[in-house]
Amino acid sequence: MRLELEKRAEHSRTMAVLSPLLALLLTLVSGAIMFALLGQDPVRALYTFFIEPLTASWSLQELVVKAAPLILIAVGLAVCYLSNTWNIGAEGQFTFGAIAGSLLPIMVPGFETPLTLPLMLLMGIAGGMLWGAIPAFLKIRFGANEILTSLMLVYVAQLFLDWLVRGPWRDPEGFNFPESRLFSDAAILQPLADGRMHVGALFALLAVIAMSVILMKTLKGFEVRVLGQAPRAGQFAGFSRNKMVLFAFLLSGGLAGLAGISEVSGSINQLTPVISPGYGFTAIIVAFLGRLNPIGIFIAGFLLALSYLGGEAAQVSLGLSDKTTRVFQGMLLFYVLACDTLILYRIRLTRTFAPSGKEA
Amino acid sequence: MGGYESILLTVITAATPLLLAAIGELVVERSGVLNLGVEGMMIVGAVLGFAGAQATGSAYIGALCALGAGMGLALLFGFLTLHLVANQVATGLALTLLGLGLAGMIGEAFVGQPGIRLERLHIPGLSTLPFIGPVLFGQDLLVYLSLALVAGVSFVLFRTRAGLIIRAVGDNHGSAHALGVSVIRVRYLAVLFGGACAGLAGGYLSLAYTPQWVEGMTAGRGWIALALVVFSTWRPLRLLAGAYLFGAVGILQFHAQAHGVAIPSQFLTALPYLATIIVLVMISRNRVLTRINTPACLGQPFVPDR
Repeated sequence: MRLELEKRAEHSRTMAVLSPLLALLLTLVSGAIMFALLGQDPVRALYTFFIEPLTASWSLQELVVKAAPLILIAVGLAVCYLSNTWNIGAEGQFTFGAIAGSLLPIMVPGFETPLTLPLMLLMGIAGGMLWGAIPAFLKIRFGANEILTSLMLVYVAQLFLDWLVRGPWRDPEGFNFPESRLFSDAAILQPLADGRMHVGALFALLAVIAMSVILMKTLKGFEVRVLGQAPRAGQFAGFSRNKMVLFAFLLSGGLAGLAGISEVSGSINQLTPVISPGYGFTAIIVAFLGRLNPIGIFIAGFLLALSYLGGEAAQVSLGLSDKTTRVFQGMLLFYVLACDTLILYRIRLTRTFAPSGKEA
Repeated sequence: MGGYESILLTVITAATPLLLAAIGELVVERSGVLNLGVEGMMIVGAVLGFAGAQATGSAYIGALCALGAGMGLALLFGFLTLHLVANQVATGLALTLLGLGLAGMIGEAFVGQPGIRLERLHIPGLSTLPFIGPVLFGQDLLVYLSLALVAGVSFVLFRTRAGLIIRAVGDNHGSAHALGVSVIRVRYLAVLFGGACAGLAGGYLSLAYTPQWVEGMTAGRGWIALALVVFSTWRPLRLLAGAYLFGAVGILQFHAQAHGVAIPSQFLTALPYLATIIVLVMISRNRVLTRINTPACLGQPFVPDR
């Protein structure tokens, strides 16, 4: 038996829609097997993981709170990946954005005006852009591989945050806990309803709409796709590869920074050594599951947010490790990538015999 | 034990996991495949290596488990990128995310348990020599293996027909295919070799470097190994130098702290990551050097036309 790929004459539109669904189905089946191996009732475990969090209003709000940063980061990453620029350091840009945006409420806690929040958000965006600009600059100026530099900067940003909240930014009245002072009301993104959901969710919605327009209706969107799929054609069209690298990194860095400061201002209300359960990395999965399309990313963002909640629920009611979430997320990305093959190729299992009678 | 001697010994232990992971990835990349999943293979290797040693009481069997774990994940990577021609960068990332998740889940049972250390080999007469004895002749098996692998890979890649084929596949898969070489098979073997090395590197962490299981104990070493391959311009001997250089940077923090240097520990911990960026920039700015040495088909998908 041999697996053979046969190139399709054109992209299969059916498969483009079906492949994420197929990937999801395969993930659920693998998840059920995994739960069974762990000695759990697979049906009950899957129910706890993926349905139970949807049955209470507080957890629906929590779903939005977790989906918002994922979507914000992922729409930016989609532009990177569409243009063949590999920013995998969104986690670092998220962290640095959060740090930059927290400068005001921590260093100048008395500054409480209607301007406080907009300034914080702008500084958060600027911080994310700055952190994203480093790998872009190193790539353009020196040709350094952006995958590795952007990832290394994740560690640097996290250590920097760790140093800040344990050192200079530690709350003087915080009983020596590694935490910054609590933000004042003027520095907190207000809740949308009665609960945890805050204004940050609207940013995600706006980003999805803006990105859809940019990618579908503008020359910039065309440039992104041309440079990603046919760099030579892009060159002939006068598009600059270097400018695209910078654009993609600034955009995705800025959005990640916005996500970072929104999370800190809206959900945590202070800086702590760890401010993200890996949003920047999970957003990579969101981007691919959403087929690098803003609308798709919107849906995928909720799905992966659900996996976070499911992990917590499974930990509480089944005593499963919260690490199961990461396993689910990793499996999902694997299956998404595998199923995407079906868009470009037909897969056939063929029986071939070499003349010697041995299987080739 | 003298001061220099102990420093040299810690440099060796810090360099060995980097060297093991990087020498495997070097072969993978020479065959034209970019596997960014080194970190994931390493950490699963670390946890299964630890588990194997706990279950059997033998660190050697642990190391074998680590090797097998790395190969298992590499096989998955190979199937996706070679058979299903999935994007190599994305698949490598997926492998790392999955590996980190799996290792965290499997490892929960082992947190806080004392581990079993790979024994240091003692060569009678030699390992008791002052200074050079413990440094040269008193290491564990994996240290010697890592050095042997460098020599072996160097020899095979540049002195044998098999190496010629690997490099041909990596530099021009179309021509290699036309000459009757099975590109996919060569790449599978290379990817499996890379997985075995990455798994062993992880195993070294949990069986020798710090014989215990700690969540996230690879701490980006897989990524640093990837950077080392670029730094070495895909040459095994330069890789050896790079790995030891980074081993030295990595242990700097412990010695700096021991000597009471008043720098916040976070800055010292960040040093290897910053050094990686600096080294990447320094090597990449010489574009001729990188262009000549980078395998021409690195990261490019190959679908044989029949």
